[in-house]
Amino acid sequence: MCGAGFGRFRWLVGEGAGQDVGRSCILVSIAGKNVMLDCGMHMGFNDDRRFPDFSYITQNGRLTDFLDCVIISHFHLDHCGALPYFSEMVGYDGPIYMTHPTQAICPILLEDYRKIAVDKKGEANFFTSQMIKDCMKKVVAVHLHQTVQVDDELEIKAYYAGHVLGAAMFQIKVGSESVVYTGDYNMTPDRHLGAAWIDKCRPNLLITESTYATTIRDSKRCRERDFLKKVHETVERGGKVLIPVFALGRAQELCILLETFWERMNLKVPIYFSTGLTEKANHYYKLFIPWTNQKIRKTFVQRNMFEFKHIKAFDRAFADNPGPMVVFATPGMLHAGQSLQIFRKWAGNEKNMVIMPGYCVQGTVGHKILSGQRKLEMEGRQVLEVKMQVEYMSFSAHADAKGIMQLVGQAEPESVLLVHGEAKKMEFLKQKIEQELRVSCYMPANGETVTLPTSPSIPVGISLGLLKREMVQGLLPEAKKPRLLHGTLIMKDSNFRLVSSEQALKELGLAEHQLRFTCRVHLHDTRKEQEMALRVYSHLKSVLKDHCVQHLPDGSVTVESILIQAAAPSEDPGTKVLLVSWTYQDEELGSFLTSLLKKGLPQAPS
Amino acid sequence: DLSTVDVILISNYHCMMALPYITEHTGFTGTVYATEPTVQIGRLLMEELVNFIERVPKAQSASLWKNKDIQRLLPSPLKDAVEVSTWRRCYTMQEVNSALSKIQLVGYSQKIELFGAVQVTPLSSGYALGSSNWIIQSHYEKVSYVSGSSLLTTHPQPMDQASLKNSDVLVLTGLTQIPTANPDGMVGEFCSNLALTVRNGGNVLVPCYPSGVIYDLLECLYQYIDSAGLSSVPLYFISPVANSSLEFSQIFAEWLCHNKQSKVYLPEPPFPHAELIQTNKLKHYPSIHGDFSNDFRQPCVVFTGHPSLRFGDVVHFMELWGKSSLNTVIFTEPDFSYLEALAPYQPLAMKCIYCPIDTRLNFIQVSKLLKEVQPLHVVCPEQYTQPPPAQSHRMDLMIDCQPPAMSYRRAEVLALPFKRRYEKIEIMPELADSLVPMEIKPGISLATVSAVLHTKDNKHLLQPPPRPAQPTSGKKRKRVSDDVPDCKVLKPLLSGSIPVEQFVQTLEKHGFSDIKVEDTAKGHIVLLQEAETLIQIEEDSTHIICDNDEMLRVRLRDLVLKFLQKF
Repeated sequence: MCGAGFGRFRWLVGEGAGQDVGRSCILVSIAGKNVMLDCGMHMGFNDDRRFPDFSYITQNGRLTDFLDCVIISHFHLDHCGALPYFSEMVGYDGPIYMTHPTQAICPILLEDYRKIAVDKKGEANFFTSQMIKDCMKKVVAVHLHQTVQVDDELEIKAYYAGHVLGAAMFQIKVGSESVVYTGDYNMTPDRHLGAAWIDKCRPNLLITESTYATTIRDSKRCRERDFLKKVHETVERGGKVLIPVFALGRAQELCILLETFWERMNLKVPIYFSTGLTEKANHYYKLFIPWTNQKIRKTFVQRNMFEFKHIKAFDRAFADNPGPMVVFATPGMLHAGQSLQIFRKWAGNEKNMVIMPGYCVQGTVGHKILSGQRKLEMEGRQVLEVKMQVEYMSFSAHADAKGIMQLVGQAEPESVLLVHGEAKKMEFLKQKIEQELRVSCYMPANGETVTLPTSPSIPVGISLGLLKREMVQGLLPEAKKPRLLHGTLIMKDSNFRLVSSEQALKELGLAEHQLRFTCRVHLHDTRKEQEMALRVYSHLKSVLKDHCVQHLPDGSVTVESILIQAAAPSEDPGTKVLLVSWTYQDEELGSFLTSLLKKGLPQAPS
Repeated sequence: DLSTVDVILISNYHCMMALPYITEHTGFTGTVYATEPTVQIGRLLMEELVNFIERVPKAQSASLWKNKDIQRLLPSPLKDAVEVSTWRRCYTMQEVNSALSKIQLVGYSQKIELFGAVQVTPLSSGYALGSSNWIIQSHYEKVSYVSGSSLLTTHPQPMDQASLKNSDVLVLTGLTQIPTANPDGMVGEFCSNLALTVRNGGNVLVPCYPSGVIYDLLECLYQYIDSAGLSSVPLYFISPVANSSLEFSQIFAEWLCHNKQSKVYLPEPPFPHAELIQTNKLKHYPSIHGDFSNDFRQPCVVFTGHPSLRFGDVVHFMELWGKSSLNTVIFTEPDFSYLEALAPYQPLAMKCIYCPIDTRLNFIQVSKLLKEVQPLHVVCPEQYTQPPPAQSHRMDLMIDCQPPAMSYRRAEVLALPFKRRYEKIEIMPELADSLVPMEIKPGISLATVSAVLHTKDNKHLLQPPPRPAQPTSGKKRKRVSDDVPDCKVLKPLLSGSIPVEQFVQTLEKHGFSDIKVEDTAKGHIVLLQEAETLIQIEEDSTHIICDNDEMLRVRLRDLVLKFLQKF
């Protein structure tokens, strides 16, 4: 009747990306439902490998028929960059779920990215502005903690993830089976966002990112001091500081940091952020204040932290201005756009500094200079010599090993699946999780399928009468040992009800068949029947201490519902017959009584 | 006794004003649930109230008049006031903060488990920012609590009606106070009266709460003042929480109607009062003292509280402007009778306009809603089941539904009309695997279940029965009573009937001979003469009467059981 439920979790990334921080796209099949988690692109590629290979999902047949829904965890392009390609070019018309801030910001980043790819690099076969708009029409916004009923069986719920504005973790649930997907998250509040939080939802599987699987980062305060010191020193000696950032997220945190520092130190060196996007981004932060951290939420009426006094909009011409300055420019991995342009201008001067505040994907200029390369081959065979100082500061808001362990502890999953990290580091974390938390842990390669058997229990309705009867008896003092509940499960279509046997018979219109036994026990005894009955009574009373033994006025004896009568067969005055009568329900006790009485009655104390 | 209350669900910020009295002084230790806008704006309303009250400290307060014998002699309305002895002083800000810190924030459609027994879920009610209706449900029963709901499109997220379907009971309260007024018409009247007064050089006073309808009024004025040529007339919003209220309204994008949400996506502030403030058309002040007295220009429009006209900055404006017939006071809040509010200021020269804006459900909308949602039973306060006393002929001004609504009165306990029959229980997979279902009728299968019941946190779980314990080795001397069987191991019930001929055949097959069958009035008697055994077989009973030969009895028993179904 109840085949054990079967969860399949599939982790899908195209070739080349490996177990790395490339593009996130995970397919989860849970109890017959198919959910795609994130739809990211790889920043390091400019060709087909940029987008996930959606033919993994279904060879033939439409994606809309196969997928029940798509969930986007946050607005970073490695989590949502392939969305218009997926929905408009490959073709998907089902629902796409994301939080309100993600829904607001995602199309802007996509458009920004499209412009760089198509207008600047002249790439063909790319999605259009209209496709981004059409894609966003398929989006359904979710609130934090809202339970969204995707269909009758599938429900999803978002939890706060920190990381960037609007980032969320998602619980996907079908019946009693569930999966939690963390997306990217951080477990320590920073200057503008709070920490991720999840309740003890005990999912069958927790899919967690593991970008910083091995790092246990030093205190945030130290890193901030370090950062400010480096910036300060560089501008003091007249150098220019370039901070490549993504428009939303680290940019705001670092702006808050520099703004307060400039105010305190009374510095006059100009700070700019690249035009358009970042400026606009600050508006989003102002309007989505409930998604920021407690301190900002509390004080925003008096002072909105995202209104900066010292930080001004950047103009391309400023890059050639003499003298020190600090510039925040996008994108964060120096792979295109304004940050790359400024980098090329400033790279030759050793007085200048570039601070990389986040992770860089393999193949990007950012990754190259961080791994120590000082001669870069640019487009058109040009070679760029990097003389400026290169600094890496881990400000990117991912959970470190400690944070990941903490989250696993919070959610208490049956097993953990590590994604979005590098193989070696993941191996380390896997061992740690298995040893310290005793939770089985998986780390599939790209395109690999992990299958987890689950054994969900089956919910049925129990009649309150039966349940209460059992619970009352469960409260009796002698009921220490486990007691058996006895009932009948009625299965009609998909409606399962557990009722008492009497009720089941009644509901089905069946009559009870009574099976009764009467045993004749012959005893040698010359006494009168009444006296005989009395002796039986006192004997049973002494043996059956836990049972209700009664001597009725008509001379018969009862034990619970078993009736014992004494009779004298006429032919032999020396023999008496005890008639023991019981129903099938008292089978054990009845059988016991007859064998007990057969042994005879003890001699009466004289 | 509030210490026995486990949970308080707050529907909207207007219905939480008494919360500090409950959480701080009654021994209440339960949990309070509310949405974030409800808490934030509720805090503003309380903060304003406390601020207004504390501005006018009273050295002493009279209490002797509360004596029933004295109160009876006082003029109306004092003599009609009920339960004056329970009247309390206003709470302090400290109590407000402490009360609010006890609230658990929830979001729309969030399922909140209470003690494993019931689940509560807030739904958008469309009336105010973060206002909610509540669903309280177990696995088999559903109660909806509908309070302060609106079907009109103003700034909040529209009302979620679909989730109210399939309710066993729908508790309906918080209907409009002014069932005869149409809010749209009232807004129009508000604008035209305001324009008329200002054009004639008069001032307009709007007594109001610091949040809610004021956002809609400002939005109307934003569109209206330019076309009416009033763009130079200053709008003043005076309240200790004016700034907070205006700021908070802009950050609750997720709780707003679709139109306003899409503005945030641009990103632009959802409410146009941001632009009114930017262009200096709307100015806000914490009180009439300080900056306001410097900026004050007439003619002007002033929004300020409290709408009862008993305290707050509104009192000053009533006294300042009451003597001139050029000025107008426009009542928009429906909570107070405007005639009573004005009584102490009479005689007044200023014009009084009453255009109450109450967007909550009226009776036409209620009947539409009930038709849509179709609850099995409706429960509502008594006053909704009859026309208002002032308009007793208006039979349309009451709830009309089938079956008739059950009504309740203050301090009355009402038993809801449903009986709980089932509860959810989980069957462990191992146990489920061991069940043997049999089809009794087409489509209906039965399986007997013997299992161990585990109950924890009101969740029930059935586990497979433990394996029979190994017989203990005979270390201890056996006593007779050790062998007494545990009668709590229940035998299944039996059903069916025994066909005599087949039964006899089976007996013969199993080596019984000398079988004699006698017919009786109700069935048959099978005699096994050799064994002196008698088996009475009737339609729904079987009786085996034998000597004390356990082997024989058990054999016969098992043969009989073969013909019967077990439950």
